[in-house]
Amino acid sequence: MDWLFLAEVLLAGLGAGSLYALAGVAFVLIYKATRVINLAIGEILMLGGYVFFGAAAAWHLPAWIALPVAIVAGALVGAVVERLLIRPMLGESPISVFMVTIGLGSILAGAVQVIWGADPLRLPEFMPNTPIFIGDAYLAPKVAYGFVAAMLIIVAFALALRFTRSGVALQATAADQGAAYSVGINVSRVFSLSWIVACAIAAGAGVLVGAIGGISPTMGIFGLSVLVVVIVGGLDSMLGALVGGLLIGIVEAFSGTFLGGEYKFLITFSVLIVVLMLRPYGLFGRHEIERL
Amino acid sequence: MRIGTLKTDYAADEALFDTGLQKCLLALALAGAVLLPFLASPYWLFLACLCAINVASATGLNILTGYTGLVSLGQAAFMSVGAYTVAVLEIHLGTPFLLNLLAGGLTTALVGIAVGIPSLRVKGLYLAIATIAASVVLHFIFSHWALTGGVQGLSMPPARFFGVTMDQPFQLYWMIMPVTMLMVLGAANLFRTRVGRAFIAIRDRDISAEVLGIPLLRYKLMSFAVSSCYAGLAGGLWAYFFRVVTPESFPLVNSIFYLAAIIVGGMGTILGGILGAIFMTMVPEVLKFGAGLVTPFYPDALALLAPVRTIVFGALIVGFLIFEPQGLAEIWRRIRRFFHLWPFKT
Amino acid sequence: MTGAATDVALSVEGVSLSFGGVKALTDVSFAVRKGLITAVIGPNGAGKTSLFNTISGFYRPQSGDIAFEGRSLSGSAPPERAKLGLARTFQNIALFRGMTVLDNIKLGRHAHMRTGLLDALVYHGRARREEIALRAEIEERVIDFLEIQHIRNAPVATLPYGLRKRVELARALAMRPRLLLLDEPVAGMNREETEDMARFILDVKEEWGVTILMVEHDMGMVMDISDHVVVLNFGQVIAEGAPAEVQMNPAVIAAYLGAGELGRRLRSPEAA
Repeated sequence: MDWLFLAEVLLAGLGAGSLYALAGVAFVLIYKATRVINLAIGEILMLGGYVFFGAAAAWHLPAWIALPVAIVAGALVGAVVERLLIRPMLGESPISVFMVTIGLGSILAGAVQVIWGADPLRLPEFMPNTPIFIGDAYLAPKVAYGFVAAMLIIVAFALALRFTRSGVALQATAADQGAAYSVGINVSRVFSLSWIVACAIAAGAGVLVGAIGGISPTMGIFGLSVLVVVIVGGLDSMLGALVGGLLIGIVEAFSGTFLGGEYKFLITFSVLIVVLMLRPYGLFGRHEIERL
Repeated sequence: MRIGTLKTDYAADEALFDTGLQKCLLALALAGAVLLPFLASPYWLFLACLCAINVASATGLNILTGYTGLVSLGQAAFMSVGAYTVAVLEIHLGTPFLLNLLAGGLTTALVGIAVGIPSLRVKGLYLAIATIAASVVLHFIFSHWALTGGVQGLSMPPARFFGVTMDQPFQLYWMIMPVTMLMVLGAANLFRTRVGRAFIAIRDRDISAEVLGIPLLRYKLMSFAVSSCYAGLAGGLWAYFFRVVTPESFPLVNSIFYLAAIIVGGMGTILGGILGAIFMTMVPEVLKFGAGLVTPFYPDALALLAPVRTIVFGALIVGFLIFEPQGLAEIWRRIRRFFHLWPFKT
Repeated sequence: MTGAATDVALSVEGVSLSFGGVKALTDVSFAVRKGLITAVIGPNGAGKTSLFNTISGFYRPQSGDIAFEGRSLSGSAPPERAKLGLARTFQNIALFRGMTVLDNIKLGRHAHMRTGLLDALVYHGRARREEIALRAEIEERVIDFLEIQHIRNAPVATLPYGLRKRVELARALAMRPRLLLLDEPVAGMNREETEDMARFILDVKEEWGVTILMVEHDMGMVMDISDHVVVLNFGQVIAEGAPAEVQMNPAVIAAYLGAGELGRRLRSPEAA
């Protein structure tokens, strides 16, 4: 057994998993605050990648400006979507809202193709590319920086959730909407804010994902892996998104390396099925008691 | 206008089509369906067959999702089970097509039951995601199994019926249309009986349904079985229609297509499944026609067709959910109500 | 008071139920006599609805047994109990919103019908005969009885509250009940609606010969129509007997007055 090789696969898996975790956190944020399953998360990721590409390659802006542009674009899309598509669906069945986000994903994927065409594109290089070794194990520099960035954002986000006014308001809304409303929390503001922040995070994650693997209109498929991540972790658990993301990243890396790329989805979805059968609410999710 | 319903026994009141006008419309539609192949061009017959196949599958999904409230994103994968079953039987055994279709439906029903087993523990969106997982597993099996021809898939000979080779839309129409009509009639019948009522009860309040005497798992599985049997039959028809079945013939986006069809048409109504499937099948054709019209002025129109189709598809889902959540069937009902009172109230 | 007595429809013996550490029912025992109206009363949170849910089979008690007509129900799922003739209504109305009044009532008969999946798809033949016979019976026995002919084709979502309660009773009657469990049948009703409902309940008892067990807060109605009253407090039976006796019972008065000085003195162990 080649331990060094295993370590490299593990590191690559952690790197990919950190991006899943980041997108998963965005997903969970929306779910926690508004109980909406946002299946368009993959497409918002894609949009972030494309906006970065547009700003950096077409307008020749430096990366340190293009990145905020992409993030702000994500936030704007989040605000608009929440106001125009999600707010009118308040009180409708969760399935209808879920379908709205599927429709949204379809619209975004089509729009990206109309603007930038259907061919895959590469993002301009913006990260240092000196090889990185952890011990003797090699790690692609982009993956390493992606991991660090993702972890920093997640930690910052977790701190914000705990220590800022908005973060506490969000947690209160997640725990009990009615009670939060009655103690004077502006619940609709929390809804908007969660979409804005989540879509901004997703757009940022999209730039990182695009920097590693390039961008294309089919990038939305990334959303499917994110879906697996949050289901495995538990839809309402930030910790679940983090653990689930890293776990799925590692599982994908190992199954991709040792079985072949076509096994990746089979294995992750098998993990999903097993988790659903054993713990229907995910590893860290909360089980709601049913009432008659 | 309609003055009143003058029924003298319960049987008349329990009938599917109760007014004279409804019966006339139905007779007209049937006559139209019989005459269509003799009047329409092969292109229109091709579309009619495609619509019929989609109606069959959407009706099946409507039973599961619209009536029983179990969301499935696996309808296309279920269709692939039926399509492969039919293709394998046709290639290796050459059995009559009706038998093959039936076998396709039954095989898919069994697969559907297996997928439905978690439905007692796993609810709502978790179940939808479990059906995606099932689709992934089925896709993997079909692209790795020698019997199903791996990634190349299977090419199959056309169906034969008393010496007639069914390889043109004209002949296929006579296979696809009657089968679809029987399936739709069956679905309509289902909801006149205790089985259909049990499905709706499970959708509306599953726990109370149980206390009222409906065994949940049994009826949920029954709904999965009927729905996937319909998908399997539709997939079998699809296989005879296109005669090439590959793992990529039934992608996840097709499952979303059927879900979109019942949303646009109207969930939980038989008419909704029919209208929605026809509407969603025709939208790309209308767009293609539109692109043809603007090409002289804007030469790139055809290149934009695919992404515009994706956008329109999404916009239809979103638009109907926000503005007309009961779908086309509700629009139809509004029109009918208007004429019930016309011309005294407009 | 044991299940062996032939005139006992339902006997609850030593039933205890808890959720996590919270005790909902503690060693509850009582009997429901055939052909009578038994009422369960008690302050909010006394465990009345938990008791109903346990009888329906929705909750499994940790200990104790419930027997219906001398036969233990433990181990039978809610649908089986429905088939045996246990019908119920719900505190916060559990009608099926997507169906008409008629379909809601028909649904009650589910457990006693035979139509299978294939019959249903074909419809003509067995399913049709059964449906039409059902329709006739429901029209003549249930809809006429409860005076709801005018709304039979209305979607339940459009009905006012009082009528919904009546439709729910109609559905329970369509279940061919031998024991009818009514969870707060007149809650939220005005005086007139309450009187109508009380009359229907008495008629069900007298004309249909159905045994009735009900939970109700409206003391006036409970005292008027019930034959036997069981009082629950904090998940325990604190008193039972004829309405007049129960009304005078100091433990009951204390329970309703709460834990005031009087209450504390009266809630002595022997009263429980």
